[in-house]
Amino acid sequence: MTAMDAYNFAYLDEETKRMIRRALLKAVAIPGYQVPFASREMPMPYGWGTGGVQVTAACLMADDVLKVIDQGADDTTNAVSIRRFFQRTADVAVTEETEAATIIQTRHRIPEAALREGQIMVFQVPIPEPLRFLEPRETETRRMHALADYGLMQVKLYEDIARHGEIATAYAYPVRVEGRYVMDPSPIPKFDNPKLNDSPALMLFGAGREQRIYALPPYTQVESLDFDDHPFVASKADHACDICGATESYLDEVITDDQGGRMFVCSDTAFCRSRQGDAA
Amino acid sequence: MYVAVKGGERAIENAHAWLAEERRGDPTVSELSIAQIREQMTLAVNRVMAEGSLYDPDLAALAIKQARGDLIEAIFLIRAYRTTLPRLAGSNPVDTGAMVVSRRVSATFKDAPGGQILGPTFDYTHRLLDFALMAEGEAPPAAPTAPADPVAVPHILGFLDRDGLIEAATPSDLTPPDLTREPLELPADRALRLQSLTRGDEGFVLGLAYSTQRGYARNHAFVGELRIGTVAVEVDIPELGFAVEIGEIELTECETVNQFKGSKTEPAQFTRGYGLTFGQTERKAISMALVDRALRWRELGEDFTGAPAQDEEFVLSHCDNIQATGFLEHIKLPHYVDFQAELELIRSVRAAAFSQMEAAE
Repeated sequence: MTAMDAYNFAYLDEETKRMIRRALLKAVAIPGYQVPFASREMPMPYGWGTGGVQVTAACLMADDVLKVIDQGADDTTNAVSIRRFFQRTADVAVTEETEAATIIQTRHRIPEAALREGQIMVFQVPIPEPLRFLEPRETETRRMHALADYGLMQVKLYEDIARHGEIATAYAYPVRVEGRYVMDPSPIPKFDNPKLNDSPALMLFGAGREQRIYALPPYTQVESLDFDDHPFVASKADHACDICGATESYLDEVITDDQGGRMFVCSDTAFCRSRQGDAA
Repeated sequence: MYVAVKGGERAIENAHAWLAEERRGDPTVSELSIAQIREQMTLAVNRVMAEGSLYDPDLAALAIKQARGDLIEAIFLIRAYRTTLPRLAGSNPVDTGAMVVSRRVSATFKDAPGGQILGPTFDYTHRLLDFALMAEGEAPPAAPTAPADPVAVPHILGFLDRDGLIEAATPSDLTPPDLTREPLELPADRALRLQSLTRGDEGFVLGLAYSTQRGYARNHAFVGELRIGTVAVEVDIPELGFAVEIGEIELTECETVNQFKGSKTEPAQFTRGYGLTFGQTERKAISMALVDRALRWRELGEDFTGAPAQDEEFVLSHCDNIQATGFLEHIKLPHYVDFQAELELIRSVRAAAFSQMEAAE
């Protein structure tokens, strides 16, 4: 008997999964609304993706195919660790191919390959509240959401433009869901924001430490906040990938020497590798 | 040349192997047993049980051993284990008035029924390193004993209560909310605040309590009574129709007497702060009582002075060291993607500024 035989499928007990699924259903019913849930202590620290792990555990079925990425890559240490956790506790098939996955747990990226119907994206969320750094009190921000009182956010974006000439938010760029709730898309680069809109995949967001779950059902309208005269721009490094030559993918900058040398490579390693395969 | 970051899995395995080796330390030095930690590092074990919210000295000792003595890491191990345990039953409220005390002191009365019992305390030790302990000598001579005094040890605040000098602590049969099964929602009632504080970080709660003593929501606390001892835990068995004792636990309870409230129409009364923790953890219990009292400002008709210890949302959102350490330490995880986005942004903002400066020249 291994140490994990003592635990239920996908680690969480069925009662806990039911509790999470109820929160997920409510979240899907009210897109962009943050649903409180009784987040459990997980065997990895808060901040390592405990919200995402709980959502994945509650969604996972024995025939699912799981992909886990961190910073777009399948082989970053925490992605490896979370993938191995579900291999040990649920014995599910895993993949690095976006197209082959039924559930994709991610930290900080949305894959480059187009998602399809039936897929579930699970985002790890550190601070679910888009208004948190404007108003630290949860009691106050919940009231602001209830009244759709988002003036503070508009003022913040305006002040950015006045001070810097553009909106000084490069990741976790706030969005508005179906014209109602302002939502934090998790710390994905704003380059990924357009992929949230009208996506055929179900998008689930889990914040373990903050005990919140929210969701975007398939084909939800998601707009990045902006102004008519300062429209949203999904920016990336103005280069092509130095490995696969892709010009449309999000790039990591890698320092190669101490003389200012650098190269740019796809952050989505599975995407990059598939293109290398095509070229070969 | 760029080498794709591969081999995360092997790196993790190697790190774990190295960690295991470091945990054991020099193998020529004999290994610590769980019993040694439980018996000789008792106060560390108690802290892990209190903040881990699980009363099991052996598991707490195991966690301390596994965590290499990092108590927050040990508390985390206990929490992660605890959350997987089924809830078989809820106990009846423990009766701390019937506690078999090993320590019981009052700072408000020189003597009271039941007496003052110093117990095994550091209070009057001189903090001089005892180099004899380095010699791993024999066990110390047994402490002198006396026959147990069968006299009851009633709560000291009960005497004040009888005279109406202190606010009544009204009993309630309401089932308190469960922080570990429901998300924390604010405002919280006192039961929930106490639940949060008792598993809160000792250092954080201590710091907050200290701040009240220095004037940030000062509430003039006297330790009316501090008692440490064992209480029976009883569970109602429906099939039997009565409660059965399932074991004993050690608790520390602190009741403070705080400055009074009152008005022209209402006679003045002292007010209360309350702390209750697992094991012998009196620094934590006293701190908890002071913070509890500070958080009661609204109910007692006091002003909110903006002091951190009065701010329920601030205190409850930040006192859990497992949440705090997780979020703090996660910033060492990869953030390449976010940082890249910031790099692009700052380059763009700077480029715009430079072109404006050039245009001005």
